[in-house]
Amino acid sequence: MSLSLLFYCVGGIAIGSAIFVVLNRNAVYSAISLVLCFFSLAVIYLLLEAYVIAVLEIFIYAGAIMVLFLFVIMLLNLGREDALPNLNYLQRATSLLLVLLFFVGIFLLMIGDQGLFPQPTEQFVAGGIYPLGEALFSKYLLPFEVASLLLLVALIGTVYLAKRKV
Amino acid sequence: MDLLGFTIIVVKVLVVFAATMLGVLVMIYAERRVSAFMQDRVGPNRVGFKGVLQPIADGIKFLMKEDLVPERVDKPIFILAPAILLIPALMTFAVIPFGSSINLFGREIALQVADVNVGILYVLALTSISVYGIVLAGWSSNNKYSLLGGLRSSAQLISYELAMGLAVVSIILLAGSLRLNDIITDQQGSFLSWNIFRQPLAFLIFLIAVYAETNRLPFDLSEAEQELVGGYHTEYSSMKFAMFFMAEYANMITAAALTVTLFFGGWDVPLLDEGSLGLFGALLSVLSFILKVAFFLFLFIWVRWTFPRFRYDQLMRLGWKVMLPLALFNIFLTGGYLTIKALG
Repeated sequence: MSLSLLFYCVGGIAIGSAIFVVLNRNAVYSAISLVLCFFSLAVIYLLLEAYVIAVLEIFIYAGAIMVLFLFVIMLLNLGREDALPNLNYLQRATSLLLVLLFFVGIFLLMIGDQGLFPQPTEQFVAGGIYPLGEALFSKYLLPFEVASLLLLVALIGTVYLAKRKV
Repeated sequence: MDLLGFTIIVVKVLVVFAATMLGVLVMIYAERRVSAFMQDRVGPNRVGFKGVLQPIADGIKFLMKEDLVPERVDKPIFILAPAILLIPALMTFAVIPFGSSINLFGREIALQVADVNVGILYVLALTSISVYGIVLAGWSSNNKYSLLGGLRSSAQLISYELAMGLAVVSIILLAGSLRLNDIITDQQGSFLSWNIFRQPLAFLIFLIAVYAETNRLPFDLSEAEQELVGGYHTEYSSMKFAMFFMAEYANMITAAALTVTLFFGGWDVPLLDEGSLGLFGALLSVLSFILKVAFFLFLFIWVRWTFPRFRYDQLMRLGWKVMLPLALFNIFLTGGYLTIKALG
C-alpha cells in the first residue's frame, strides 16, 4: 500500500517536473527540473527493483549529461528569461500539433500491440548487473556494438568540427 | 520489518551521521593545526586544551553572523545550492562498510547502513551529483568570479570522474562484484592481497582523481583565491558558507573511506580473522578502518601544503591525455590477466 502511494507521489513529481521543463522560460530552471525528473524516474526504477538502471539513470543522465547541458547553458549565458526568442503563433500551433500527433501515434501503438497496460509475460528480473551484462554480450551483442560505433562516429565528427575552426 | 530491525537501522543512520559530523569537526581542527605545523606557525591554540574547541567556536561564529543574500542573485537557487552540495556528501557514506559484523540481541548486525548490491555505482552516482551544488552556486551568485569557479569545477569534475570510474572498473573486474562488502572480502588475507599491491596503477589514478573530485589542492581551481577571490562561494556568508565548508570536509571523509575500502582492504586487519574474535574483533575492525581513513585525511592536508596548484590547461591535459588512457590501459591489462588466469 505504502509502496503504491510512493509510486503515485514520485510519478506525480516526475510528470510535474517534466511539464515544468517545457513551460519554464529560464533554461537553468528547466535543466534543474529535468534533473528532478530523472531522480523521480530513478525512484520508480527502484520500486521495480531495477537497481542498476536506477543508479545508472542518476550516474549517467543526472550526473554527466545534464551537467554538460548546464555547462553549455551557463557558457552561452542562456540562463535569463529573455535569452530565448519568442515564438509566433504559427510556430506554436505547429509544434502543438506535432506533439499531439506524436502522442496519438504512441497511444495507438500501445493499444494495438498489447492493450493499454501491458503486463510482463514472464518473471521480471532486472535487479542484478549479471543478467544485464549477459544480455548485452549475448542476445544484444550486435545492437550493443552498433551503438558503440555510433558513439565513435559522433566523437570523430565532434573533433572534426572543432578542429576546423582552429 | 520488525521494530527491532527498524530501530537498528535508525541507530546506524544516526551513528554514521554523527560520526561524519564529528569527523568534519576534527578535520577542521586538524587542517588548521597541521597547516600551522607545516608552515612553522602555532595555529589556533586558545579555545580549550591546545585549541580543540576551535571548530565549535567557529561554528557558533558562523551561526551568529548575518546571513547576507545579495540583491541581484537568483534567490531560490542561491539558497538551495549549499543544500544540494551537502546532502549527497552526507548520503554517500550510507553504503560504505565501516567494520565487520557484531552479534547483538541475538542477531548479526553488519556495520554498514545499507548493503546495496550496486554499492560502488551508488557512490559514483552521488559523487557526480555533487557538482550541481557548486555549479548552481556559481551561476546564481550573479558574479563573474563565482560563475568562472562554477564552470571550471563542472568541467573538472566531468573530466576526472571518467578516470576515476575507469580506475574503479579494474577493481570491480578483480572482485567480480559491485558490492563493497565483496570487494573487501576479495582483499582479505595478508597485506599483499590488498588492491593497492594488485592494482598500483589504478590506485594512483584513483587517488589523483579523488583530489580533483573533492576540489582539493592541487586541483582547487574552482576556488583559486588568487584568481577568483573565493570562486563559487564568494557571495556566501554565515551558515550557507559553513554548509559549503562542511560539504567539502564530508566529501573528503567519504573519499578517504572509499579509497580505504577499494584499495586498502576496508576494515580488514591483515593476518587476522576478525570473525573468530567476536565483539573484540569487530571493534578492532572499526578501529583499523578509522586509522586508515585518518591516514588518508592527513594525506589530504599533507598534499595541500606540498604541491602548487595546477594551471587550468595543465589540469585538462592531465585528465584527458594522461589519466584516461592510463586507466583504459589498466583495464586492458586487468582483463588480459583475468583471461589468462581463466584459461590456465
